[in-house]
Amino acid sequence: MTTRLEGTTVGEIVRTINEERHRIGATATGMVLTLIIVTDEENQSDATRAASFSAMEHPCRIITMIPRPGRVDAQLDANIDVADTMGPGEIVRLRLRGELAEHAASVALPLLLPDTPVVVWWPTTCPDVPSADPIGNMGRRRITDAAAARQPLHALQERKAGYAAGDTDLAWTRTTVWRSMLAAALDQPFDPITRVDLSCERSNPSGLLLQAWLRNCLQVPVELHRSRGPGITGVTIHTKSGPIELSRPDGRTGRLSRPGNVTHDVPLPRRDLRDLIGEELRRLDPDDTYAEALAAVQQDTSAPRRRRTSRTTAEPASAPDPGSEATGQEQ
Amino acid sequence: MKPSAPDGGNPLRSPADRRLPLVAGPCALVIFGVTGDLSRKKLMPAVYDLANRGLLPPSFALVGFARREYSNEDFAQEVHDSVRQHARTEFREDVWAQLSQGFRFVAGDFTDDAAFDALAATVTGLANERGTGGNTAFYLSIPPGLFPLVVQQLKRSGLATQGREGWRRVVVEKPFGHDLASAQDLNQVLGEVFPSGSIFRIDHYLGKETVQNLLALRFANTLYEPIWNSNYIDHVQITMAEDIGIGSRAGYYDGIGAARDVIQNHLMQLMALTAMEEPVSFSAEHVRIEKEKVLASVVLPDDLAAYTARGQYGSGWQGGGQVVGYMQEANIPKTSTTETYAAITLHVDTRRWAGVPFYLRTGKRLGRRVSEIAVVFKRAPHLPFAATDTQELGSNTLVIRVQPDEGITMKFGSKVPGTQMEVRDVTMDFAYGDSFTESSPEAYERLILDVLLGDPPLFPRHEEVEMSWRILDPILAHWAESGRPDTYDPGTWGPASADAVLARDGRVWRRP
Repeated sequence: MTTRLEGTTVGEIVRTINEERHRIGATATGMVLTLIIVTDEENQSDATRAASFSAMEHPCRIITMIPRPGRVDAQLDANIDVADTMGPGEIVRLRLRGELAEHAASVALPLLLPDTPVVVWWPTTCPDVPSADPIGNMGRRRITDAAAARQPLHALQERKAGYAAGDTDLAWTRTTVWRSMLAAALDQPFDPITRVDLSCERSNPSGLLLQAWLRNCLQVPVELHRSRGPGITGVTIHTKSGPIELSRPDGRTGRLSRPGNVTHDVPLPRRDLRDLIGEELRRLDPDDTYAEALAAVQQDTSAPRRRRTSRTTAEPASAPDPGSEATGQEQ
Repeated sequence: MKPSAPDGGNPLRSPADRRLPLVAGPCALVIFGVTGDLSRKKLMPAVYDLANRGLLPPSFALVGFARREYSNEDFAQEVHDSVRQHARTEFREDVWAQLSQGFRFVAGDFTDDAAFDALAATVTGLANERGTGGNTAFYLSIPPGLFPLVVQQLKRSGLATQGREGWRRVVVEKPFGHDLASAQDLNQVLGEVFPSGSIFRIDHYLGKETVQNLLALRFANTLYEPIWNSNYIDHVQITMAEDIGIGSRAGYYDGIGAARDVIQNHLMQLMALTAMEEPVSFSAEHVRIEKEKVLASVVLPDDLAAYTARGQYGSGWQGGGQVVGYMQEANIPKTSTTETYAAITLHVDTRRWAGVPFYLRTGKRLGRRVSEIAVVFKRAPHLPFAATDTQELGSNTLVIRVQPDEGITMKFGSKVPGTQMEVRDVTMDFAYGDSFTESSPEAYERLILDVLLGDPPLFPRHEEVEMSWRILDPILAHWAESGRPDTYDPGTWGPASADAVLARDGRVWRRP
């Protein structure tokens, strides 16, 4: 059941949550974390829905903050769902109007569950330095998504520059299925590795992270090739006795082949937001492997130089180039 | 990190990288008795769920062996049906398509040499067709009486030979024998063909998740260790209750009974985990050493008649339905004295546990399905209240709920709100998150994965099995001379004689 409060205060929101919980006989002690989602009207529904699915795995309080700056009086509106059919968590959607949009942290702080971890997630745009943001600062873990930015590769470089322990990015989460399949392939005996070829769609931050990770682990050249996608389409590990090849041309099923062995189909699905955020919430400690891969990310050397059309030249240099970046959200 | 060839480990794996799941290496799983209930309801769905979670290698193969005249396709259909019905994760066509390419079926009888030769050929063929590397696990989902036959067949056909053709492992389910002598026989049969590190004894009641939860509770916290001894603990009750009867399992159950079926393995393991000292590490070896120490220090009460109880469920009404008694179940001989309820008292003779009885009970057709360990604390030596104030105050209790709703309950006294001073019991609950079971691995999934990974930490070894029988055998012998078990009404918590066991010490069973 949704309770709507308009022009309300945080005190009233807390009271409403407690009353609702009391009414259905539940307590908040079973909840393991507070998840703050900072987003806009367009994305709030999808993001909150994805988060509420993962609340089945991690009962949590989800606070979706939707800043609505503008020349209106400061006002706080709230939609509160307690223990709905989605699961045992509770969802608070807050619209921060007018000047209040600048002071989101003051709204979030009293709503945090006592003595449990806080995770902050920006589904689309995020601060340059997430850990320096007043809300980001509250989180033990900060989730961003470079692929959802207008310029994914630029966003990835920003993550690299602004990294702090506890940061993580869904572009990295999207590489997990590839990384685990490749790691499993190397659980079997293999001959010395000479180099690696990796192909992915253009403007794909996951591809760059996977490249950096492979280079870090294998200490061999990892060359990036552009493909038509979707997402990452193949990794070939060249060994002295032949290539170990994992490819996924259709975005669903992969093919794994290795020297002197049969070729196998392997499930290598591209996962949806719900799975990605579920994986992110499973661990709350800093992801050092991500930090190392991020630090080793290079510029996308596979991308051809940007050709500026008359339309894009009219924009400032930092403006998004829809032509080359439009497919960034694909993993 | 250095790049490394096969000798130096996997360069893509690092302990710091905890997102990557451990995936089993190339292998085949051969299930004997594949058309049985356990296989259809548990094993095959667990295999699918593992595949769906991406924990099986692409080359994985599943071989069914049974008496039926199935083709590979019939077998795949059989697995498909059981997966659709019983799997816990959603059905995904691409996962299924990939997995089912590795299904094979071999028809035959356990006495049939040709069938085992065909099985050997299938296993060898899979090494070439699928790249299993010859690694093979044999799951004996068959009555224990048939183990010697099958194990000898595996030996004769060369299937059990370890070596260049990859590893061989064998999985057996409880019961591990029906007394010490038969357990030793069984171990000898298996040990002749498989080295002890390749024998996996599975107690599916005791999932690895549970064991690890228990270890974490006891050894990751500072809260419990100081009071985990006879200074504070009055006694421990370990219960495993089922609300169902024996159903169609008369052939298996009659002559075995509750104590052999559950106490010998499941309850004794829970007791060992509750009572053991802190292991040096959580490695297989170190945990086993501590459990064995507990089992070795167990002593039985002198008066077995007074400190044990057994019962058989009678007919009557349970939970709104009419049920038949044990003696009226199909195929139970009129002379049967098999117990369907058993309660025993054990003492652990160590400094930590001196004077703290462990009461173990199990039964069928009890109030509800539940497994738990209840640690009951002593009452405060002095209560600075009027006697009437604390009338409703019981003993502080810590309950480790094994199933269902895996979690922890703490019971303690609290003042009742109001102007009067009155203290009453309240409970505080923690659940591991059982309303969200879709994400917690099922016991069989972890068991199968551990077998395929060759990771045996929490499987009991034959030493533990034999020690448990040494404890139980005198009780079984006493019962064998004591006539018929008591009868108890279905849906209740056992016979009156079980209540008398605790009443003798001024204690009562907890209603779980």
